[in-house]
Amino acid sequence: MITTDILIIGAGPTGLFAVFEAGLLKMKCHIIDALPQPGGQLAELYPKKPIFDIPGYPSVNAGELVDNLIEQIKQFQPGFTLGETAVSYTKVDDEWFEVITNKGTVHRCKAIAIAGGLGTFEPRKPTMENIADYEEKGLEYFVKEPEHFRNKKVVIAGGGDSALDWSVFLSNVASEVTLIHRRNEFRGALDSVEKVQELKNQGKIKLITPAEVTAIKGDGKVEAITVAVDGQDPYDIETDYYIPLFGLTPKLGEIGNWGLNIEKNAIVVNNALDYQTNISGIYAIGDINTYPGKLKLILCGFHEATLMCQSVYNRLNPGKKFVLKYTTVSGVDGFDGSRKEAEKAVVKKID
Amino acid sequence: MSDINIKITDREGVTHEVVAPTDMSMNLMEIIRSYELAEEGTIGVCGGMAMCASCQVYVISDPGLEPMGDEEDAMLGEAFHVKENSRLGCQLHMAMDMEGLEVEIAPYP
Repeated sequence: MITTDILIIGAGPTGLFAVFEAGLLKMKCHIIDALPQPGGQLAELYPKKPIFDIPGYPSVNAGELVDNLIEQIKQFQPGFTLGETAVSYTKVDDEWFEVITNKGTVHRCKAIAIAGGLGTFEPRKPTMENIADYEEKGLEYFVKEPEHFRNKKVVIAGGGDSALDWSVFLSNVASEVTLIHRRNEFRGALDSVEKVQELKNQGKIKLITPAEVTAIKGDGKVEAITVAVDGQDPYDIETDYYIPLFGLTPKLGEIGNWGLNIEKNAIVVNNALDYQTNISGIYAIGDINTYPGKLKLILCGFHEATLMCQSVYNRLNPGKKFVLKYTTVSGVDGFDGSRKEAEKAVVKKID
Repeated sequence: MSDINIKITDREGVTHEVVAPTDMSMNLMEIIRSYELAEEGTIGVCGGMAMCASCQVYVISDPGLEPMGDEEDAMLGEAFHVKENSRLGCQLHMAMDMEGLEVEIAPYP
């Protein structure tokens, strides 16, 4: 069981920065995220695109901002539960909440900060009638454990970076990799496209374009897929796995069933005070919350995270005196024993 | 006058006649959001980077739209529910010569 002060759901910029503000107030944080890496949308959707409205940065790439945030919070030693989704919460007693993930990981915390952005990223599934029958029986939406595919036949569909990158990776693992895409053009990083071209020329990847997978066949598991190439009669390809990689779409998910006030797919919070939800001790910060005048901006998420931490401090330390300090004056004391501080001014006589 | 009139049919099939400013550097996805014609979280998910196709529309009446860019074309190559007249709302920037545009918001996801 994992125990912490603040359990943050969502490892996007808002959730990451909350660790820093909590750390200044000596509160520990643990972060859950459905994706295998921290950074949320910034890392998943547009790591190489610039952001122009982070105060103090005329331009910063999304991926670089995430790296910087991780560096900034490092000394507060946040814990991470990655690749898992928060499913349920219970109030254990006056002090503790318990949050369990889809994989059964149990987290105990004194406050919950939902920083879920657009929601949990879920795979976009192709529209086929019998698709649910084959899920996890040869039909996979993620490549979680590449070894799983060793010496197997694999068909990947999609035209983006993940389809390209996994085709390249699995070409060294699987016995046969077929990549199917509706267009001849791929929309991935140039080096990934070139790598696939090279492997195709070497015969290590079979490329079928412009084409579409129209059916899955098999008795209780995937045994073949039907592929329709533009202008030709559809035909079947024998395969052990079919991996459609059509991107991810965000869903509010299980948190929508927690009894929180939801309006327009967002969680209603008290913006006059501390971004707390209708459930005492559960906060919502960043893009996932809503209140009059809400703006979904990273810089607003930072502000919300800061006020949330002050509120949690008061909740955990009722009546305890505290005043806001400036990091320039007080420095930053990490939980790892490190200390950052401003250099002392030199007092020296001028002759 | 820097406003134009466009018709947008929402996902429930209701047609709305809306006035769109052309001087606020807005695109069609943002017009749809500003009039709340699609539920938040189901439109403009990626913020307008031609990366999610949640703002896909079918163009019913085309007053002469700018041709598709590579990114838009590639995204529509991967999106669902794509038709001959599909465009991404986030790539259609409001301009005076779009007066009379009629679109239907495509299903999502």
